[in-house]
Amino acid sequence: MTVLSVTGIRKVYNDVVAVDEVSFDVNAGEIVGLLGPNGAGKTTTINMILGVLEPTAGTIRIKGCDLVTHRRDALARTNFAAVYAPVPGNLTVAQNLRFFGLLYGVTRLAERIDTLIAQFDLDRFRNVKCGVLSSGEQTRVSLAKAMLNRPTLLLLDEPTASLDPDTADWVRSRLERYRDTVEEVCDRVLFLSHGRILLEGNPKTLPSEHGKDTLEELFITVAREPLTLEP
Amino acid sequence: MNTGRVAAIVLRQFYLTRGSITRTVPLFVWVAIDIVLWGFITKYLNSVSSAGFDFVPVLLGAVLLWDFFTRVMQGVTMAFFEDVWSRNFLNLFASPLTITEYLTGLVITSVITSAVGLVVMIVLAAAVFGLSFNSYGAMLVALVLVLFLFGIALGVAACAIVLRFGPSAEWFVWPIPGLLSPFAGVFYPIATLPRWMQAIAAILPPSHVFEGLRAVVAGGAVVPARLGIAAALAVVYVLGACWLFTRVYRQAVRIGLIARYSAESLA
Repeated sequence: MTVLSVTGIRKVYNDVVAVDEVSFDVNAGEIVGLLGPNGAGKTTTINMILGVLEPTAGTIRIKGCDLVTHRRDALARTNFAAVYAPVPGNLTVAQNLRFFGLLYGVTRLAERIDTLIAQFDLDRFRNVKCGVLSSGEQTRVSLAKAMLNRPTLLLLDEPTASLDPDTADWVRSRLERYRDTVEEVCDRVLFLSHGRILLEGNPKTLPSEHGKDTLEELFITVAREPLTLEP
Repeated sequence: MNTGRVAAIVLRQFYLTRGSITRTVPLFVWVAIDIVLWGFITKYLNSVSSAGFDFVPVLLGAVLLWDFFTRVMQGVTMAFFEDVWSRNFLNLFASPLTITEYLTGLVITSVITSAVGLVVMIVLAAAVFGLSFNSYGAMLVALVLVLFLFGIALGVAACAIVLRFGPSAEWFVWPIPGLLSPFAGVFYPIATLPRWMQAIAAILPPSHVFEGLRAVVAGGAVVPARLGIAAALAVVYVLGACWLFTRVYRQAVRIGLIARYSAESLA
C-alpha cells in the first residue's frame, strides 16, 4: 500500500530551481532515505511534504489524501522531527507533548504521553522546560512528539545531527529498524543532486551498480561530480 | 473547526502564563498604573473645575475603555509572539491545525487575558476613584463589544505584519494604539480635530465609541445609527484582518517563509 506518493514536484524560487520534477512513492513499512549534498533539495522536499512549502508544480498524496485539497486529513497521519525545528523551549516536556497531542487529536492522550515518556527515557525531565535540556535530550523530546499520533508517514530530517556518537546511537536504537548505518536502515535510498533524483535503489547494491565500493563513496561522487552519474 | 486544536493554543498560553511572573504581571499592572494615574488627574481636575463638572466618568471611563482595547489587541499579538519567539511555526503549521483554529485560539486567549485586565481596572476605578458604571447605562456593553472587535482586528492584522516581515517587525506593532489614539478622540470630541483627521476618525470604530460615551455621560444617548456604523466597521475590520492574515500565511507557504522563519524575513 502506498503511504506517500510524490508526483513531479518542482520548487522554483525566482530563477533558482530548488527541486526539479521529483517523483517517488513510499510504501507502508518502507524506510526511504533521502540523500544528497547540502543544497540538493532534501529539506525543501520534506517541507513540501509537510505542507509548509507550496510546490510550484506537482502533487503530493499522503495515504491517498491530496495535500492541497485534504490538508487536515493528510497531516493528521503525518509527523516529523528535525534538528532545526525543536519543540518550544518555554514549555516542559509533558506540556509540549500535551500541546502537540491536542493538535494532532491523539486519543487517550495522558496514557500516550506516559508511554512515550517511558520509551524515550524522559521521565526525569517530565516537568523540565525543554529549552534547558541538552541537544540529545531535546532530540528525544522531538522524537516523542513525532510519535504522538502514531503517524503513517514519519519524516525525520537528520534526526541525529549534532548529537555525540553515544546519544546518536541511543536515538537510533529507539527507532524501529533504525540501526547503525544508512545501508542497514533503509529499504531504498534516493540520491538528490541539484534538486533532482539522480539515483534510486537498494542501498546495499547501489554502490556496486555504479562502480563504487561503499555508499559513502557514492555519496561523495554525487556531491562532487553528479554529471558522471547522470542516467 | 476542531475544538481540541483550538484548546491546544489556549492551553499553551495558559501553561506559559502560569508560573511566569514576566507574563502574569503585565496582565494587570500597567492598566492598574494607568487607572491610578488618570484617577488622580481626574480628581485634581474635579477639584479645580468651577463648573462642577465630573471628570471621572468622562476621562477615567475613557482611559479604562482605551486600555481594554489595547489589552485585547496585545492579547492576540502576545500569544502569536510566543510562537515567533520559540520558532514554533514549522511544528504548528506542519500539524493539522488550520488558520481558522489558530486565530480562534489566539482570540480566546485574548478574551481571557484582557478580561483579567478589565476586572482589575473596574475594581480599582470603582473602589478608589468612585467610577460608577450606572452613569453609562446598558449601552456600555455594546461600546465595549465594538472596542473588543476592533482590538481583535488590529491584533490579527499586527500578527499578519509580523508573519510577513519577520520578528523584527514587532516594533511596527507596539505603537499602533498610540498612532490611532489622536484619531479616536479618547479624551476630546472629534469636532476638535481638523477636517482631515475627522475623516480618518470617521472610519475608526473607537471614535464612534468615545463620542457615544461622552454623549451618555452628558445626559444624552448613543445615536443608534452611530453605534451601528461602529459595529459594522468593527466587523469589516475583523473580516479584513482575517483575510489579510490568511493571505500572508498562504504567501508565506508559497515563498518558504514558514519553513525558514527567522529574525530577518525573506521580504
